[in-house]
Amino acid sequence: MIEGLLAGLSTAFSFTNIMMVVGGCLIGTFIGMLPGLGPMSIIAIMIPIAITIGDPSSALILLAGVYYGAVFGGSTSSILINAPGVASTVATSFDGYPMARKGMAGKALTTAAIASFAGGTIGALLLMVFAPALASVALLFHSAEYFALMVVGLSAIAAFAGTGQVTKALLMTVLGLMMATVGEGVLFNAPRFTMGIMDLQSGFGFITLAMAMFALPEAIYLILDPKRSKTGDGGSGKISNLRISKEEAKKIAPVIGRQSIQGFFIGVLPGAGATIASFLGYAVERNIAPKEEQEEFGKGAIKGIAAPESANNAASTGSFVPLLTLGIPGSGTTAILLGALIALNVSPGPRLMVDEPQIFWAVIISMYLGNLVLLMLNLPLIPYIAKVLTVPRNYLIPFVLFFTLMGAYIGQNNATELLILVGFGVIATILRFADFPLAPLLIGFILGPLLENNFSRAVQLYDGMGFIWDRPVTLALLVLAVVLVVLPSYRARRARARAEGVADGD
Amino acid sequence: MALDRWIAFFVLLVCLAYGYTAFFTMDASLPPIMRRAAVWPSSFPKVLAVLSILLSLALLFGLESSPEKNKAEDINLAKLHEYKFGQALILIGLMLIYAFALRPLGFLASTFLFLTIGSYVLGERRYVLMVAVSAIAAGFVWYLVDVVLGIFLVPLPAFMMGG
Repeated sequence: MIEGLLAGLSTAFSFTNIMMVVGGCLIGTFIGMLPGLGPMSIIAIMIPIAITIGDPSSALILLAGVYYGAVFGGSTSSILINAPGVASTVATSFDGYPMARKGMAGKALTTAAIASFAGGTIGALLLMVFAPALASVALLFHSAEYFALMVVGLSAIAAFAGTGQVTKALLMTVLGLMMATVGEGVLFNAPRFTMGIMDLQSGFGFITLAMAMFALPEAIYLILDPKRSKTGDGGSGKISNLRISKEEAKKIAPVIGRQSIQGFFIGVLPGAGATIASFLGYAVERNIAPKEEQEEFGKGAIKGIAAPESANNAASTGSFVPLLTLGIPGSGTTAILLGALIALNVSPGPRLMVDEPQIFWAVIISMYLGNLVLLMLNLPLIPYIAKVLTVPRNYLIPFVLFFTLMGAYIGQNNATELLILVGFGVIATILRFADFPLAPLLIGFILGPLLENNFSRAVQLYDGMGFIWDRPVTLALLVLAVVLVVLPSYRARRARARAEGVADGD
Repeated sequence: MALDRWIAFFVLLVCLAYGYTAFFTMDASLPPIMRRAAVWPSSFPKVLAVLSILLSLALLFGLESSPEKNKAEDINLAKLHEYKFGQALILIGLMLIYAFALRPLGFLASTFLFLTIGSYVLGERRYVLMVAVSAIAAGFVWYLVDVVLGIFLVPLPAFMMGG
């Protein structure tokens, strides 16, 4: 572990990579602050740039920096103008915006920055401990278990997708898997489902799809509903007094500690992620606070900022555990990172730590660096960065559209790709209207080839589907997957039955 | 709710076409030697086709109750008439035109036009600023992508590039 740590240190502390962290955090903060642009869109836009860098460590460090920056930028806009750019910072706006209205915006931002810093740092520490342990277990897995594990991951993501209807999320996942089968596969060098179109020979482009699923619908929503881009209603200009008092520090320290640990473990679970962690963190802290402080939650309590901010950052870090050790992303953002890694010829998974430890450790070190940059560089700059909130939407939207086009074009150098982008973007927007979750589709698309390869290998080894009952771990995992999918709808049905029963009794 | 069902219906059609290909037409081109293998290129798609058809049927017939929606903040169909569909459609059309114009018109001109017309459609009327911002952005991005990142982008219209 020490060797790896040192290798990671020397990789991360090269001049280029430090610039990557700093640059990534700044860009992430800038764009993350713009309402409506979440970390997924930003990372999708940044991927073509990261891929042209070529060195996987640097690329991943840049993207991780962008991710942290975006989450931080999202909390800034939720505090300053009550417009969370990211779902995971919605809970921050509950108390952050009231504080800003009381003229304590500076204090709220500092609390958010410190809580994020602590959450991210504690998360990175836990990641250092847990990831290698998990990876050594995962090394014992065969293709059959891998297949089952991915099925579990995909079901968990579908079950927790958050729109309430598991069927929709499952259908989206399967559609993603189907889209992944288009083009020439790895195992069989015959084109499949290309409908005779040459440009589909190599399959759909991952960047194109990522843009079409996240960045483009967001931009179209911004056009449709001008109220969504609430910019410039007096957000910037009067951010002063960034300090917090000793008393307040004492008050939030235990909150940050608890929520960092809780958030991390929620983040590790596939499908849960930063949004759930932040809401749960907020709820838990409100419930265990003393009576008189409970009243303050929602009206500008400093604890109400510290809790979701430390939880969502710790969870973002936690979501790297399944990505780096199993190669299975637990969230949309980590799925995009996985796609980027595959494009850079790195296959995340338990072998990553054995074969290319410097990548793993460089990422962890860059997490510390990223958190430090956010605290030392971004916080003092916030009053200036907040000026970006005054960019008029008349310019913002064409630029966002242009960047999605650019990203898809650079990736494939092919104008057909742009038509595919727009086509899928429109479909994705319609799907979002009807509350179909889009992240499962992209995750399915990215995991598709891996899932199929492991499935095929297992079938080949056992000459049929026998691997399912011959290997107890596989069977157990597949049963778990079924339970994950069935349980939420079963519980909803029971709750409804009970509610109806009560109504009858009245 | 109605939109859900329409989507489920279209998805079902796509899945049926996919399933038809996987079950009936795909294996025809399989070389005899591969027919002896336990797993065929069509094996995994067959599983997916069955799953997706079952799921879209479940959605079509509304087997799972939909949860109550209380997201007043988020976009929803109830406020449909308030939205600026015209602008959205024009901008989507503009993106398509951009895709076709990129090669013949060159990057600089098509990007400049895209950004200018885009902000005009959205209601920007400060012409000088609009033109300046678009021109600077087009030039800057071209410099970044072509010179710094080293990805070739046709900068000028085809007739100006010479044969």
